[in-house]
Amino acid sequence: MGKIKLAVKTPRIDMTPMVDLFFLLLVFFILTATFRPEEAAPITTPMSTSNTPIPDAHLVTIMISKDDKVFFNVDNGTDSTEHIRAKVLQAIGSNYQIKFTPKEIKKFEGLASFGLPYTKLKEYLNAPDSKTREAMQSGIPIDSLDNQLMMWIRFARTYNNNLAFAIKGDGAANYPAVKKVIAVLQDNNVNKFNLTTDLKAVELPAEFINK
Amino acid sequence: MAEIVQEEGHKGKGKRKAKKHGTHIDMTPMVDLACLLLTFFMLTTAFNKPKVMEIILPEKPKENEKPPELDKDRALTVLLVENDKVLWYVGLADPNKPLPVLTEADFSKEGIRKVLLQRNKQLFTRISDMNKDVIEGKLKIPRDSVEGRIKRFYKEDKFGPIVLIKAADGVKYRNIVDIIDEMAITNIARYTLVDINPVEKLMVKTHISTK
Repeated sequence: MGKIKLAVKTPRIDMTPMVDLFFLLLVFFILTATFRPEEAAPITTPMSTSNTPIPDAHLVTIMISKDDKVFFNVDNGTDSTEHIRAKVLQAIGSNYQIKFTPKEIKKFEGLASFGLPYTKLKEYLNAPDSKTREAMQSGIPIDSLDNQLMMWIRFARTYNNNLAFAIKGDGAANYPAVKKVIAVLQDNNVNKFNLTTDLKAVELPAEFINK
Repeated sequence: MAEIVQEEGHKGKGKRKAKKHGTHIDMTPMVDLACLLLTFFMLTTAFNKPKVMEIILPEKPKENEKPPELDKDRALTVLLVENDKVLWYVGLADPNKPLPVLTEADFSKEGIRKVLLQRNKQLFTRISDMNKDVIEGKLKIPRDSVEGRIKRFYKEDKFGPIVLIKAADGVKYRNIVDIIDEMAITNIARYTLVDINPVEKLMVKTHISTK
């Protein structure tokens, strides 16, 4: 009996559907990705049971690191043609007699949170890389004699009057620092603000659980 | 297009390759790349946005304005002290009268939460009963008006405690978030952050030393 010789064929898998799927997912993730902006300091926020998401835009974030340094950030808003950050920087510049070059202003628009006295702003904006920038962050002065945070908040509100405020403090930050920041906000007539937290579950004592 | 047609015609005259070759492109590198990028974007995408907890503080009293009178029977003072401890007392501390006794609690569900729930039972059960009715479908109202109703309940609240949160200087920010979170969990309608006064400092001191 003659054996039928089967041709040894390497099986070919049609990869097209898989590739299609990959690209679809890839496009989805690329489009939904929002890159985390350069953070001025690592902050571990405390937990709360609040489930309200943070607003997307028109937000001033005041960060308090665990060594009680204060950082500030205001976003460009939903309409980037308004150049809110640029205007705020120029206002700060004219308040403290600093002239910023167009290049420095553009650089500032692209950056996020920062925490340094105005005297160092120029140096900060001309720093070559993020490492140098990070090393410069010594916190914004908030003493009653030299309250620069007050100025930042005031000018941010001048150019964007529907701002929300968020305090993003490290759980280990000391209360006096937080108290000072809240006092600055209240001096600016901001009595409603948000505390950025991480989510945790609600637990109630047995007799209060409504079944 | 025309060029291609011409070329084919040219070929037709000469030798013609009979074998039709379906062009097979090796897709492996492309798939590899797509896979790599996909993994990268999946890992860097932060799906859960940070949450915020809203706090609304009463407006700062103007300079020549008397701070609003506080109902003595409803006042509940929560003192935050070092090492995550909470001390509380009812009423007002008057240095000319015998001082109220401090009770110690913590941030667990049987700690300060229970105290607040017991004192705020009326409002709390009112809100949780309504929430239950909404979930079970007994009460058909849109989501937005649930929040409106809760706000109205807060305003109508006549018996719940008015909580004064006072934090000592050595307290961490985490504790502040915790106690404000307790206010949200237990549906306290009225609370505020105030500075600790000398009488209370003394009370805390004696409490700690007698223990």
